[in-house]
Amino acid sequence: MYEFDFAKPASIADAAKALAADGAQALSGGQTLIPTMKARLASPSVLVSLTGIPEMKGVCMADDGLSVGAATIHATVAIEAAKTYPALARLAGGIGDPAVRNRGTLGGSLANNDPSACYPAAVLGSGATVHTNKRKIKADDYFKGMFTTALDDGEFIISVTFPVPQKAAYVKFDQPASRFALTAVFVAKYAGGVRVAVTGAAENGVFRWAEAEKALADNFSASAIAGLNVPSKGMIGDLHGTPAYRANLVKVLTGRAVSAA
Amino acid sequence: MPKDSGIGASSKRREDVRFLTGRGRYTADIQLHGQTYAAFARSTYAHARIVSIDTSAAEAMEGVLAVFTGADFAAVGGNPAGWLIQSRNGEAMKEPKRPVLAHGKVRHVGDAYAAVIAETVEIARSAVEALDVVFEELPAIVDMAAAVADSTNRVHDEIADNICYDWGWIEDNRAAVDAAFKSAPHVTSLKLINNRLVPNAMEPRASIGVYDPGTEDYKLYTTSQNPHLTRLLVAAFVMGIPEHKLNVIAPDVGGGFGSKIYHYGEEALVLAASRRIGRPVKWVADRSEAFLTDAHGRDHVTTIELASDKQGNFLALRTETLANVGAYLSNFATVTPTFLHGTLMAGPYKTPLVYVNVKTVFTNTAPVDAYRGAGRPEATYSIERVVDKMCRELGLDPVAVRRQNFIQPDQFPYTTPVALVYDTGNYQATLDKVIDLGDFAGFESRRAKSAKAGKLRGLGLSTWIEACGIAPSALVGALGARVGLYDAATVRVNPTGNISVMVGAHSHGQGHETVFAQIVADKLGIPEANVDIVHGDTSKIPFGMGSYGSRSLAVCGSAMDRALDKVIAKGKKIAAHMLEASEGDIVFEDGKFSVTGTDKAKTFGEIAFSAYVPHNYPLETLEPGLEETAFYDPANFTYPAGAYACEVEVDPDTGRVEIASFTCADDFGNVMNPMIVEGQVHGGVAQGIGQALLEGCTYDDNGQLLSGSYMDYTMPRADDLPMYTVDHSCITPCTHNPLGVKGCGEAGAIGSPPAVVNAVIDALQRGGHTRVTHIDMPLTPSRVWAAINA
Amino acid sequence: MMTKVTLTVNGKSVSRDVEGRTLLSSFLRDGLGMTGTHIGCDTSQCGACVVHVDGLAVKSCSIFAVDVAGAAVKTIEGMANADGSLGVIQQAFQDHHGLQCGFCTPGMVMTTAALLANNPKPTEAEVRHGLEGNICRCTGYHNIVKAVLAASGQDVPAVAAE
Repeated sequence: MYEFDFAKPASIADAAKALAADGAQALSGGQTLIPTMKARLASPSVLVSLTGIPEMKGVCMADDGLSVGAATIHATVAIEAAKTYPALARLAGGIGDPAVRNRGTLGGSLANNDPSACYPAAVLGSGATVHTNKRKIKADDYFKGMFTTALDDGEFIISVTFPVPQKAAYVKFDQPASRFALTAVFVAKYAGGVRVAVTGAAENGVFRWAEAEKALADNFSASAIAGLNVPSKGMIGDLHGTPAYRANLVKVLTGRAVSAA
Repeated sequence: MPKDSGIGASSKRREDVRFLTGRGRYTADIQLHGQTYAAFARSTYAHARIVSIDTSAAEAMEGVLAVFTGADFAAVGGNPAGWLIQSRNGEAMKEPKRPVLAHGKVRHVGDAYAAVIAETVEIARSAVEALDVVFEELPAIVDMAAAVADSTNRVHDEIADNICYDWGWIEDNRAAVDAAFKSAPHVTSLKLINNRLVPNAMEPRASIGVYDPGTEDYKLYTTSQNPHLTRLLVAAFVMGIPEHKLNVIAPDVGGGFGSKIYHYGEEALVLAASRRIGRPVKWVADRSEAFLTDAHGRDHVTTIELASDKQGNFLALRTETLANVGAYLSNFATVTPTFLHGTLMAGPYKTPLVYVNVKTVFTNTAPVDAYRGAGRPEATYSIERVVDKMCRELGLDPVAVRRQNFIQPDQFPYTTPVALVYDTGNYQATLDKVIDLGDFAGFESRRAKSAKAGKLRGLGLSTWIEACGIAPSALVGALGARVGLYDAATVRVNPTGNISVMVGAHSHGQGHETVFAQIVADKLGIPEANVDIVHGDTSKIPFGMGSYGSRSLAVCGSAMDRALDKVIAKGKKIAAHMLEASEGDIVFEDGKFSVTGTDKAKTFGEIAFSAYVPHNYPLETLEPGLEETAFYDPANFTYPAGAYACEVEVDPDTGRVEIASFTCADDFGNVMNPMIVEGQVHGGVAQGIGQALLEGCTYDDNGQLLSGSYMDYTMPRADDLPMYTVDHSCITPCTHNPLGVKGCGEAGAIGSPPAVVNAVIDALQRGGHTRVTHIDMPLTPSRVWAAINA
Repeated sequence: MMTKVTLTVNGKSVSRDVEGRTLLSSFLRDGLGMTGTHIGCDTSQCGACVVHVDGLAVKSCSIFAVDVAGAAVKTIEGMANADGSLGVIQQAFQDHHGLQCGFCTPGMVMTTAALLANNPKPTEAEVRHGLEGNICRCTGYHNIVKAVLAASGQDVPAVAAE
């Protein structure tokens, strides 16, 4: 690992200041960033830990939904969201493994936007709002493709607000080695419609399956999507699954998520 | 009643206490005064010519102590192949030099071409990045069939067709086998891949070289399964260090599974570097380095054909295999696909005619060598898959077909058509046992229950045999081995009666410290706590060939047993003197030497004390001291065998396979510690299930390793695996070693893959997917789904 | 840039000057000579390095020491009873042959301790799920699962048969 300076600000203002420095990089739980740095694939000059800022931690109900601080670890969300938003809690409780869930955070996951990460599916599937140190970003505007987001340089996530659906479920098919999603689907039914967000499957990262959303809005049952087809174009093909396989999983897991919701 | 100590007891492992309290001492844990750190420059190309290496910038960095390149080792020897194989046409195999550091060319991603020694690991790594190297990239040779077909593109410039050897076993039988196929009523053929695996001992390799300029002695701490072999290779072949000036220590070693048998260049490098800079030099692999450089396992492409009559009686078996050895010959790479594979092709069956052809191929990939089972899993998988396919083609019951083809219990010793002599066995018994324990009778109702839940259930069987405790030296020598395959033990009785036993076997998880002590205690009638087993240090133990091939107990345990016999014989002499009786009248029982028919006796402790306080010994006829050494060279291999059954549930929508149950009935001969034997089977089966369902080491067409970390190489985890049912109550003791033991370390990895694959194929067939007759391992959900939907 | 980091390790306060890049695992192994915490991978997968930080099981190879300054850390060296005898979990691992080479063992024990603290009577499936971040290559997990169930005070064959 290359050398770097370390800063752990206690306020959002100080964090913003530290992250404005040349070569500064935000560190949250570090479960992806630290292995990357060990492999000498990242060389920040200043690493700014965002886990020492009290207002970036915790889970609470707000007017527009369940608010989760960006520095809240997955294990906390798994417990504290269990009553208010059980599908979200179960998603958080299934990320990585127990030790990873004790370090990894919502903000870290979203800022990285790994195409196989779990949280992007919940954020997009819930139509959540990403609150940064500069602005609010709608989920539909936040994800910009594999490892790419709407965040500007020096911008970091403070919290995310998840509108709570009437029904929801997340069904994940593990990539067996990494335990990321080989493909996973988040389905949420709101008064205004149904959202279906898919992670792990597409080369451009998390996406909404519009045809399924439409079919499920009229008839929220697994049978509603039986006639739909998912094209394999644009799906990821790797050691663990072909594009056609992932396309199949999108449909199978969507059906299972609807049944589980 | 189970015994609570001695032979046959499930004694708890004494080594556990240090491991459970954080006091194990692995190579990476050792910190020496003044120690420095090595980092290696490793090729990112699969195949390239090294045009130039400019080390000046790296050498100028603060904290850098030395830089080595291939040129520094051009004059010293290479790491040799341990076994010379002859081709069918009588030609010797090709043995390209395997240098300490690549020189001239790099031949696989991860091939080390330079090393930096520095004050810290991070400085060493930064200096590696500062090396200015010019490569001329060459086309990568990855696919074996292409490697053989293209004589212009060569891994080693002097080897035109990239073939190490073209081996036939037994060549003289070939014509008869071919004739039998021509006239056979039925021929089943199957092309299959035995997937490449990465052993993945949880402790990555590590080495520390220490040179003492005062005495000119070298010391090497290293993660080895056989420190004496490493000493021999480093001394005699690679470095030219006098053997008596090199002490190799393998302290606690965190698993091996074959990958730590071999000598690796990093060991030579840290020794050479320590000599140059006069300080200890330490290298610890990270996991990424381990994936790129540890010897991989398996990687065979095989076509197997089985000739039979319509009733399923086997008439002849024929195989053609391409076996990958990677870029260089690792120490036992040449014997694994030949004598550890071809000679097992009869399996437990009385197939009268067998012919095996193996071409071993160089490619631009990491070296491939023996991994748990080594050749025998490949043989077993081929046989058990083709037998299963034949049963399906002929509509026969796989249980009945195996039964009718088994070598019968009254046929031992049995000479197979591939030249092994099985000393003993009872394959019917283990098959009966697995049918009972696996509740075959209840399968249909379980299948119906699965079907109701939308799942396809299948039952797979595998009946296997292996040859382990590879021996005797005279035979392996005749077949090309450059080493003998005996082992050694010294039993040192101390004056106060406690005992140190120095053994050539090395324990890296097997529990020798406990089991060997059980045997000593049992034999001498003393408490286990009074016995210590010493291993892993060439300065302490007489000699040894280490632990691999399920040999420790059968070979080294037998050496120890012989040494104990000598101790008892010496004890009788001492007792005869002390009790003023004739030596022939002394009997040794329950820890006491007594004069037969009298109550005159001396305890073992009294004899030991007397041996070291020989105040009135007749010194012309009775030497003081009580310490004996034995070398044991077995008369034959041992032949463990068994029957494994696997039940799976397949989710047809996703292709995901779940192991519903796994049942093993093994014949390991006499069992010294049932708890440890069961643990060995569990671990082997987990690796076999891993091979069948999860693990696959994959290079792309450019020779880049795609499965180079735990993010992509699927290690079996707790939630991938079931509880196993294991049984070892069917016992036919080995006829030629004193303990009557066979070997249990590899059995699980040998017998399980075909049971799993047979079960999946069975599930798909019963589920109506009758076109699916084979899927190559690993049977990932994607592959199973694709087969269903083809 | 060196920073002085103070941690409470197994109840004792310790301080070392560390670089920003010093991992908690390195702080323990190289700084304190506590080598019971092992390094088995570089991608935060294998779990050999699991320790507890302020009561939570974490992978010490993926945490900077400076980031947890002031925390209470518990390692395998702190798991025995006060008199030096094996703790309940350690004893269960020995009794049920839940280890072979011993390399993954410290992480297994630390993960088990956290698992049982959160779920004192887990089912077999919960144990297996709870151990998913700890890789063992020797045991096939059978005896580890038994050891964890036994450490929870449950009748092992009964739970495992469910």
